Amino acid sequence: MPEIPGLVKGLGVTFRTMLKGNQTTQYPHEREEPPARARGVIALKEENCTVCMLRARECPDWCIYIEGHKEKRPPRREGGRERTISILDRFDIDYALCMYCGICVEVCPFDALFWSPEYEYSEARIGDLLHDKQKLGEWMETVPEPPPLEVGAQAKKK
Amino acid sequence: MTVTEQQRLYVERTAAEARVNVEIETEGMTLNIGPQHPATHGTLRVLVKLDGEQVVEADVVPGYMHRGYEKLTEVRTYPQITTLVNRIDWLSSFANEVPFVLAAETLMEIEAPPRAQWIRTVLFEMGRIGTMCIFLGDMGVQLGAITPVFYGFRDREHVLNLIEAATGGRFHPNYDRIGGLKEDLPKGWIDETKAAMKRIRSFCDQLEELLLGNEIFETRTRGIGVIPPEIGLEFGVSGANIRASGVDWDLRRDEDSPLAWKECDWKVWTHPDGDAFARYWVRLQETREATKIIDQLVDGLPAGPIQAKVPRIIKVPEGEAWVHTENPLGEMGYYIVSQGWLGPFRCKIRSASFSNVSIVPWLLQGVYVPDVITILASLYFILGDIDR
Amino acid sequence: MTFAVVLHLAYWQLTIIKLLVVLSVVPLGALVLGYVFLMKVMAHMQSRLGPMDSGGLASRPGLRENPFLPHGWFQLIGDFVKFVQKEDIFPALADRWVFALAPAVVIMSTFLLFVVVPAGPHLIAQNLDVGIFFALAVSSLSVLGVLMAGWASANKYSLMGALRAAGQLIAYELPMVLGIMGVVVQAGTMSLQGIVLAQAHGSIFGFGRLGEPFVITQFFGFLLFLAAAQAELIQTPFDMPLAESELVAGYLTEYSGLRYLLFYMAETASAFAFAAIAATLFLGGWYLPGIGPSRQLADVIGPFVLGAKIMLVAFLIYWIRFTYPRLREDQLQTFAWKYLIPLSLVNILVTGILKVVF
Repeated sequence: MPEIPGLVKGLGVTFRTMLKGNQTTQYPHEREEPPARARGVIALKEENCTVCMLRARECPDWCIYIEGHKEKRPPRREGGRERTISILDRFDIDYALCMYCGICVEVCPFDALFWSPEYEYSEARIGDLLHDKQKLGEWMETVPEPPPLEVGAQAKKK
Repeated sequence: MTVTEQQRLYVERTAAEARVNVEIETEGMTLNIGPQHPATHGTLRVLVKLDGEQVVEADVVPGYMHRGYEKLTEVRTYPQITTLVNRIDWLSSFANEVPFVLAAETLMEIEAPPRAQWIRTVLFEMGRIGTMCIFLGDMGVQLGAITPVFYGFRDREHVLNLIEAATGGRFHPNYDRIGGLKEDLPKGWIDETKAAMKRIRSFCDQLEELLLGNEIFETRTRGIGVIPPEIGLEFGVSGANIRASGVDWDLRRDEDSPLAWKECDWKVWTHPDGDAFARYWVRLQETREATKIIDQLVDGLPAGPIQAKVPRIIKVPEGEAWVHTENPLGEMGYYIVSQGWLGPFRCKIRSASFSNVSIVPWLLQGVYVPDVITILASLYFILGDIDR
Repeated sequence: MTFAVVLHLAYWQLTIIKLLVVLSVVPLGALVLGYVFLMKVMAHMQSRLGPMDSGGLASRPGLRENPFLPHGWFQLIGDFVKFVQKEDIFPALADRWVFALAPAVVIMSTFLLFVVVPAGPHLIAQNLDVGIFFALAVSSLSVLGVLMAGWASANKYSLMGALRAAGQLIAYELPMVLGIMGVVVQAGTMSLQGIVLAQAHGSIFGFGRLGEPFVITQFFGFLLFLAAAQAELIQTPFDMPLAESELVAGYLTEYSGLRYLLFYMAETASAFAFAAIAATLFLGGWYLPGIGPSRQLADVIGPFVLGAKIMLVAFLIYWIRFTYPRLREDQLQTFAWKYLIPLSLVNILVTGILKVVF
């Protein structure tokens, strides 16, 4: 049998593809679920934050603004020392600048930050991409459980 | 006839010839291909001087996308730099991190555990597949076939989904850490990988039928942009471009690297012709080979930790290190000079595309305008990789 | 003319009706081909869906899954509105009159093509005795428009595109004429209506039920015609004048708005016209086996039969367009002069000999 010329074979490929169906996800009607680890948006668990400023320093493009102040609280026990606690005044992330590298989530020593795979937060104005601490706190609902690990993995020591 | 008479006649004759030449001579047309041209993958500017449709002279003007990464690395800490270098060659971001992290590890004299090295290699090869999917389709679109590029983007999605599932980022994984990896693979990842590799192999078969075997494609690419091996090496051309010229040189095999390529069985493909067709052919074979490497590696993935012991604040001791790897586009390396600070004192980035594109003015002499596009497409550069 | 007799139409009334029909066929054909092939078939060949939402119907829940409901059928009309709204830009150095006239010249040649295509025994705008000759002559008018566009744009890419187009269209005019010659020799007439009738009355080895579509006896001529039509329509693998990866958009680079739309419409409508001519010459035109050309019914179903055949040929044309890469300009000329023209001459010779023998 003589070999089929490449021109004809090529026509066959496109024809078969035409009959086979497609890969499109029609976005506004159907949603694609990103995997649990996807870096969509950063969620803030405010009660864990100690205003240590570590992440504001570590961020490669300085898109995080943290302000806080210290307050004195009465001691827990009688005669004890006065406690000093840090109050978070401002915690903003400018998503117009963020590179989604995830360094801030990692360096946070008290687990106050989490990645959420949520991605639908586009805005008409670039200024609205600055999420304040309340909005970042709302993302907490969308944070999934970390997925189980593949065979042969060692559990990470905390 | 006296001497002066002779001289006078000679002068008159040459002057007449010169006049005729001036009348016939037409001015060449200078055409500016880029910086905003559909064939330049971004903002490469190629200045060509044309005589009709033939190129007389060509020059490449890079720099429209210069982002100053070498300078930026001097004012960032090591963990921050991995997220920056992701953006050099944006199609295979993971492959950019690896040599940098390896260089830093060499200076710190730590080595990541084997499981981490294997996963690094797997993701490295996935980056290669992702890049090649774009190349294999894009070459078609540069030659006028609109369909292959959609197949390329369609099947790259399988690889990107896997990278996203493991690292969290589709394009910019930022998954490498000095001394290991960010976290281990999620459950079910290996099975998905194997299914995806099957898809990629069938994609390769599809493109082989659709484009590589097409007679029109062959007439367009055979004998176009031939790089002789010695010239290519002089220009610093690397990667699949030089392997297509018959030079059997692959850093994955030739360099003693802690990554896991030596653990599995694979082949370095070369092609004797050195033309655009050979470059396409070699890249297609390399994509297939990469799927085989990934299959073998995920099968034999060793158990164990993924992170070596590193201090909490990473300070790299004084010294210099040069690590290069075989990236999808060619040889990519980092030369780190450390003075014991949080970040490097100086970091020289050797990116593949910059050297690969430097041969373009030499290659473009005397070709036709459509071949300019064929040559640019077959060399396959990423603008971020040229300009950094 | 039967209809004229039945309806008692005056000559001027008939002329106006014919004019309106011909004028409406061009945008209609462009819309149908543009939607079916350029949007849907192309999308599916590339494993996409193409436009889905415009037209309103598809966004209602439940209707989306129905395969018979139009998927984004309104898209091209929306595009049309968008093009009309856009600013009509003239480049500063452009030759304004020539620049403005070029699209009109191109679309004029497309309009004229439809004058001689028959859609039924009596449904033809003008049954010229030299119909096919007229069609080919008119189709090469578009070269003029393309050259005007490229020259007047004052753009290097446009100029190169126009020069390529001129060289290519002239080179492919010849194989097209010669490819058709076989059909003309076999049918013994140059009138398109006559060619259809010749196919309707013909028979293959005494088996006359199907008539004799010339695609069987003139298969080679059909292939030649398709290749040449592909070049005339400036479609891959012969789309160097547009070559979006080399010349940005060739002679269309500087056009915008309505004028760009006219070019675009002319391109698609020409595809429709060439498909119609190919269907007429090689597939038997409006003739459906079993319904004799003398019956009144043939006039009613003729346009639909022709339409179906047009879609078949157009599918071939666009299928090739979506699959192949493009040739280089010199390779294209080599292909035309070294292969297509000698082969078409051989085709004429063989046809002539067989015609004499049988």
